[in-house]
Amino acid sequence: MKSTFLSRSELIGFAILALIIFIALPMALDSFRLNLFGKYLTYAFVAVGLVLCWGAGGILSLGQGVFFGLGGYCMAMFLKLEASTPENTSIQSTPGIPDFMDWNQLTELPIWWQPFHSLAFSLFAVVAVPVFFAFIIGVAMFKRRVGGVYFAIITQAFAAILTILIIGQQGYTGGVNGITDLRTLLGWDIRTDEAKEVLYFVNGALLFVVLFIAQFVRKSKLGRLLIAMRDQEDRVRFSGYDVAGFKIFIFCLGAAFAGIGGAMFTLQVGFMSPTLVGIVPSIEMVIFCAVGGRLSILGAVYGALLVNWAKTSFSESFPELWLLGLGGLFIAVVMLFPNGLAGIWSQHIEPRLKALFAPRGAPKSASQSTPAE
Amino acid sequence: MFADYSMSELGAIFAMQGFAGLILFSVFVLMALGLAIIFGQMGVINMAHGEFMILGAYVTYIMSNIFADYMPALFGMYFFVAMIFAFLASGALGLFVEWALIRHLYKRPLDTLLATWGLSLILQQIYRSVFGAREVGVSIPDWMMGSLPLTDMIEVPINGIFVMILAVTISFGVWIMMYRSKWGKQVRAINQNRVMADAVGINTAWTDRLTFGIGCGVAGVAGSAFTMIGSTGPTAGQLYIVDTFLVVVFGGAGSLLGTIASAFSISQAQSIMEFFLSGSMAKVLTLLTVVGILMIRPQGLFTLKLRK
Amino acid sequence: MSEENSTPKSNGVSRRAVLAGGTALTASLFMPKGLKASDFPTSAVNTTGLAVTDDTVTIGILHSVTGTMAISETGSVQAEKLAIEQINAQGGILGRKIEYIQEDGASDWPTFAEKARKLLVNDKVASVMGCWTSASRKAVLPVFEQHNGFLYYPTFYEGLEQSPNVIYTGQEATQQIIAGLDWVNQTKGAKSFYLLGSDYIWPRTSNKIARKHIENFMDGCEVVGEEYYPLGHTQFNSVINKIRLRKPDVIYAIVVGGSNVAFYKQLKAAGIDLTEEAPLLLTISVTEDEIRGIGGENIEGAYACMKYFQSLDNPNNIEFVKAFKEMWGDDMVIGDVTQAAYLGPWLWKAAVEAAGSFDVDKVRAASPGIELTTAPEGYVKVHENHHLWSKTRVGRAQADGQYEVVFETAELVEPNPFPEGYQ
Repeated sequence: MKSTFLSRSELIGFAILALIIFIALPMALDSFRLNLFGKYLTYAFVAVGLVLCWGAGGILSLGQGVFFGLGGYCMAMFLKLEASTPENTSIQSTPGIPDFMDWNQLTELPIWWQPFHSLAFSLFAVVAVPVFFAFIIGVAMFKRRVGGVYFAIITQAFAAILTILIIGQQGYTGGVNGITDLRTLLGWDIRTDEAKEVLYFVNGALLFVVLFIAQFVRKSKLGRLLIAMRDQEDRVRFSGYDVAGFKIFIFCLGAAFAGIGGAMFTLQVGFMSPTLVGIVPSIEMVIFCAVGGRLSILGAVYGALLVNWAKTSFSESFPELWLLGLGGLFIAVVMLFPNGLAGIWSQHIEPRLKALFAPRGAPKSASQSTPAE
Repeated sequence: MFADYSMSELGAIFAMQGFAGLILFSVFVLMALGLAIIFGQMGVINMAHGEFMILGAYVTYIMSNIFADYMPALFGMYFFVAMIFAFLASGALGLFVEWALIRHLYKRPLDTLLATWGLSLILQQIYRSVFGAREVGVSIPDWMMGSLPLTDMIEVPINGIFVMILAVTISFGVWIMMYRSKWGKQVRAINQNRVMADAVGINTAWTDRLTFGIGCGVAGVAGSAFTMIGSTGPTAGQLYIVDTFLVVVFGGAGSLLGTIASAFSISQAQSIMEFFLSGSMAKVLTLLTVVGILMIRPQGLFTLKLRK
Repeated sequence: MSEENSTPKSNGVSRRAVLAGGTALTASLFMPKGLKASDFPTSAVNTTGLAVTDDTVTIGILHSVTGTMAISETGSVQAEKLAIEQINAQGGILGRKIEYIQEDGASDWPTFAEKARKLLVNDKVASVMGCWTSASRKAVLPVFEQHNGFLYYPTFYEGLEQSPNVIYTGQEATQQIIAGLDWVNQTKGAKSFYLLGSDYIWPRTSNKIARKHIENFMDGCEVVGEEYYPLGHTQFNSVINKIRLRKPDVIYAIVVGGSNVAFYKQLKAAGIDLTEEAPLLLTISVTEDEIRGIGGENIEGAYACMKYFQSLDNPNNIEFVKAFKEMWGDDMVIGDVTQAAYLGPWLWKAAVEAAGSFDVDKVRAASPGIELTTAPEGYVKVHENHHLWSKTRVGRAQADGQYEVVFETAELVEPNPFPEGYQ
């Protein structure tokens, strides 16, 4: 099997996605809708990570919300500290600390908040904190060969634990309200329409970085090993590979992606709250991935966009019935299109397009014959 | 914290606290049994388990209204009738869901999770459209609400006793079915080796459907019983999901005894910690302990030895 | 004193003039029904591009109709729609009918922020009736401040906030808490308190205020326990045992949502009969709405402290309850928040008419001092700090799910969202 980084059809796929994200959407949508799509795209980070973990590696995590939330909280802590200048918070009994701390009688900033005065540290933490937790969970679970549904349920429990912790420690975390009222990033007002547009493009660019990393991993030896592990874990192990190590790596990578997504979410939406950490958002993120197609990193992006767009427009047109539509969509995808949008594309649309253009003599691309696709 | 109290007071409190732990244990057993059957024996992750429970609760609500309107004299007894109907309703829905959804997904256990999550959204919306977004108040016969004074200071809630008796009865019933009936033998045979079970003439399709239906039916009975202690609303089912799954996984899938043992240990841990710590911390510590133990012993407390 | 003396004199001087002046004043304040929109050209009453046409004005309704909070927020939506309908039947505002765009916050705070932005930026609504939980309000607050929207927020809440873009039609914590604590202390002789709540900001802040008040302002009183359980918790037997052990005079409960149902059912099952008042239970979180889920027989005898009960006996309220049931069905119950939500459109109408404009800045400037004599709870008035002056009442839960009002503050209680000495 030839291992080029991007096959011809994949290159076209990336180009189309770039066209949509960087040109079509910004031109077609007003600032409000564009911001919404920016928000949807932050979920795509998680979905891409899930394609690697679940689609390729067979590890289904129901706790990706934890990593998304940790990344988002790291970013929010930095922004909150910047917003809580002594001038802005002069009505508080202790000016200069975040408002929710003041409400909870904290009189000084907790030590573990201190480093978040630094943007560099915060950006580092956005990736490092989720990866750290993913590493601990990964080592504990994969070294003991926990997998499948057990892993799913234990990660789900983590989501529940973190939610309860964040809500319970409201003096340090903002509690159920989350960290709200974020204003500026190094003096740059992130609430204006222009800022939101800039952030949208930054978000899109970062998403492409993540997509390229994901693509690189999949095309590398590691990617093929992952698929081998998913299909026959024991044989890979017997061949002398450290299965647990690979799983830990891919799980951490997924966590890092989710953390970046969370940070971009905080920047674009303007706050972070425990509702993004819990069980429900974690499962929804899996569903974005499933709708897009669990084997396709590009499909995951479309899945995140489509499901969220459907959710928004369903709830605008039929506020009392949108759960029915959403539930029906999930069942339909699982029952009828197990490989999601990407499956529909590669099984039904692409062959026809190929047939249409075949007379022109386009050479068959190598990846078409890859069995796992 | 106990310096100011006399020995008899402390004794009474500890007795009642022990009882509270037992009630919690019974609640966990009821929640988890249905899932233990479905998840343990079939490997199906039913995220709509909570919604099946709430269906039972709504059936109880309907029955209480019917009895209050048409047979007020028999109101005191309606709960037993309601539980039977709850079992039938949830069980029937379970059979239908297995036929329509689950049977297509046995080879893809993680996909059942997504499909049943979608199902749970749909069920929630149906409950909301039919019964309204608000919680409904299920009136419980007077004799079931109140307490039984054992001594001057020890009082035991009657509905607690009821839940305990129910938990024991249903556990025993499930045990009989699983280990003493032909159906149970077939279920276990399928669990151990589906192909062989098929080959020796077991109707695997029908057994699967029945297993799923019975698991859902048990969930319905649990939901019916929980109208005594909890709320009945469209989204109330989600409150139970994490606890339920943890109990089953902690016990070791496939082992009924394991489920009961795990329900016992988790409930005692939580109940004791709730008494000595504050509520939220107790919950976090319980979950962390369970998850920690699962990391060390991922197969749960009890496991069946299986050949893959 | 001097005023009293001067009144008859001025009356005597020119009674007719005073009467005429009075009528003119009433006319300008209450806007007779026959008022035409043409008297208020759109270009004059709407200089900031809001969704105002020659005969309509569009506002937003932003509550959860799905998700866990739908249980609580349904009543608010109903009350707001009733108020809008009644206002339209009277000829609308400045001759314009109110139209509304309803959005679903789906019990999810980011969704609230997203929908708030949609209402303000895309739909250009003139004002928004909405939010229920503090978290949803905190999520939308920056949006309202950035786009200069105007929100009417109906829930009793923890205080510690005063936004120029929000009118808080529910009570803030000190208004709701202090009168009730003083009342149990003075009339019931309660000395020891067990504070219990769901684990989030409103119960924690409220209990903090309660604790400060009990310890610093009530002689010989003490807090014997304070405890929080996660939202959605359904097992309260352990805490009930702790309460038995500590033997408080008062259980001060701020449990919310589904936990409420579990808590009161288990309290009753544990043999603690609230009608015996040993211990007495005082709550600030159970309205008539919640009792429907709990069941009247399970909470009979508990006391609740808030500003409105459906059973209030005054002509405004009787009218309101009748209209509400006509619109939404006979089996409806009305809780404190539902009534506060009903005030929203009326307060906005009064402010718009006082300002003679829909512009948010002018409505804001006109808002302080706006009074409503037709409020179901009686007379209310908007304070400088955007909260309402209102009376605080204590009700005792009856088996039929209604409260019997047993106490009412003599004066309107001043809202004080940043209470000195309680932080």
